[in-house]
Amino acid sequence: MTELLLEWVIKISVIIFLLLTAVAYVTLFERKVMSWIQLRVGPNRVGPWGLLQPAADGLKFIFKEDIVPLQANKWLYIVAPAISLIPALMVLIVIPYGSTITVAGRAIDLFVTNINIGLLYILGLTSLGVYGIVLAGWSSNNKYSLIGGLRSSAQMVSYELALGMSIIGALLMSGTLDLVGIVQSQSGYWWGFIPRWNIFLQPLGFIIFFISSLAETNRVPFDLPEAEGELVAGYHTEYSSMKFAMFYMAEYVNLITAAAVGVTLFFGGWNGPGVERFPWLSIIYFLIKVAITIFVYMWIRFSLPRFRYDQLMVFGWKFLLPLALLNIIVTATLMMIFWT
Amino acid sequence: MEKALFIVLAVIAVASALNILLQRNPLYSALSFIGTLAALSALYITLRAHFIAAIQIIVYAGAIMVLFVFVIMLLNAPGDQPRVDKQKGLRYLAIPFAGALIAEAFYVIRSVKPISMPALIDGDRGVGSTWSIGTGLFTQYLLPFEVTSVLILMAIVGAMVLAKREND
Repeated sequence: MTELLLEWVIKISVIIFLLLTAVAYVTLFERKVMSWIQLRVGPNRVGPWGLLQPAADGLKFIFKEDIVPLQANKWLYIVAPAISLIPALMVLIVIPYGSTITVAGRAIDLFVTNINIGLLYILGLTSLGVYGIVLAGWSSNNKYSLIGGLRSSAQMVSYELALGMSIIGALLMSGTLDLVGIVQSQSGYWWGFIPRWNIFLQPLGFIIFFISSLAETNRVPFDLPEAEGELVAGYHTEYSSMKFAMFYMAEYVNLITAAAVGVTLFFGGWNGPGVERFPWLSIIYFLIKVAITIFVYMWIRFSLPRFRYDQLMVFGWKFLLPLALLNIIVTATLMMIFWT
Repeated sequence: MEKALFIVLAVIAVASALNILLQRNPLYSALSFIGTLAALSALYITLRAHFIAAIQIIVYAGAIMVLFVFVIMLLNAPGDQPRVDKQKGLRYLAIPFAGALIAEAFYVIRSVKPISMPALIDGDRGVGSTWSIGTGLFTQYLLPFEVTSVLILMAIVGAMVLAKREND
């Protein structure tokens, strides 16, 4: 028992440390991608190739003055950033980062825990993350923040439905809600060369999942909660210093989580050639797949304009949701006919 | 261990449920309700009902309460608005009703006999797992399940009718 607890503590600490580092470098990556797309150089002053930029940003955040507006609801204003960051970090324990590796004669599974409702756990926690944004918007006592918070709550609830429905097709194929099981069900090949990834059988499900996950992470073209052109910065207009940084961290942790869940569900997770013989390769495959997905997220961010609010609602409710339902019906029917 | 966990979670659930009633500000009440839901969900997990626990969070805390908070924020009800004039008679009616409720609760607690728990199987097909709930819902309890969905459909149609009327 104590050994298991120790293993958990070590794994969780390692994951949180690596993930927060990754978050810092994803921000750098995002700025680099933005400048490449806009034919600029990007951050290149701090360290070689701008590699120390995240450290400089972090220091700057720490030394900035922490302002609480006079009219703000102080208690909720302070708690809100934590409410948005904590659920985002809690999701990480169910994601399988790789297969089983051996360290010093001890087999170690590269996931913290596999609960049999893993995917529901992720959906539940991501749906709780919206409270941080909503409460930040309300407690700041600022009209731009409030509008950002309101938009966010409406948007999250609307796209959560499409998101939940879009993964059911993939779940039907895997027959489990446990993410480790989902990855294992996608190992192997069809006709010896096409990997058995869900994307090939669930292309529609993946597209709906991808679009809704863009909306759930508040990224362009769904960044209405922070829409800097009209709302200054939306829900975090009044925030400064580390509180502001916590919102940013939550946003990027959610981005990484969304990419990791997408890879796990539709792109075979850590599966790849040679994984059975060299288990260490599984982490590398997983990281490469996640990095490519994140790059696509950024690519979209710097290529597309923002939705109008009514377009957002019509698109979510009248297009994505029916399409997701259709996907479920077609998948279930085909499975009834061909699977059994 | 399990008992200590139960006591802690039960205290949180009851305390935040009381807080829903005691708070003047509707937003704090809504937040306390989320606290109750979270504590109940944790209690379900100690009972190995993982699926119900997750659904509790996704549906109630993640969707319904977000809409509640949305409406409260939209109306931006101030905490210290003038109190609604109370109907004094109802206050005295509350005492016998509370007594009846407590008596009922006592009766239920006294009359319910401990049942033999079905064998707890860990894994994908044990009691409380997604598999067992799904199989139960779509075989043994299919009719009640479908009837409930008709009930919800009625509520949706009702809401649509109410919303449409204002546009005419």
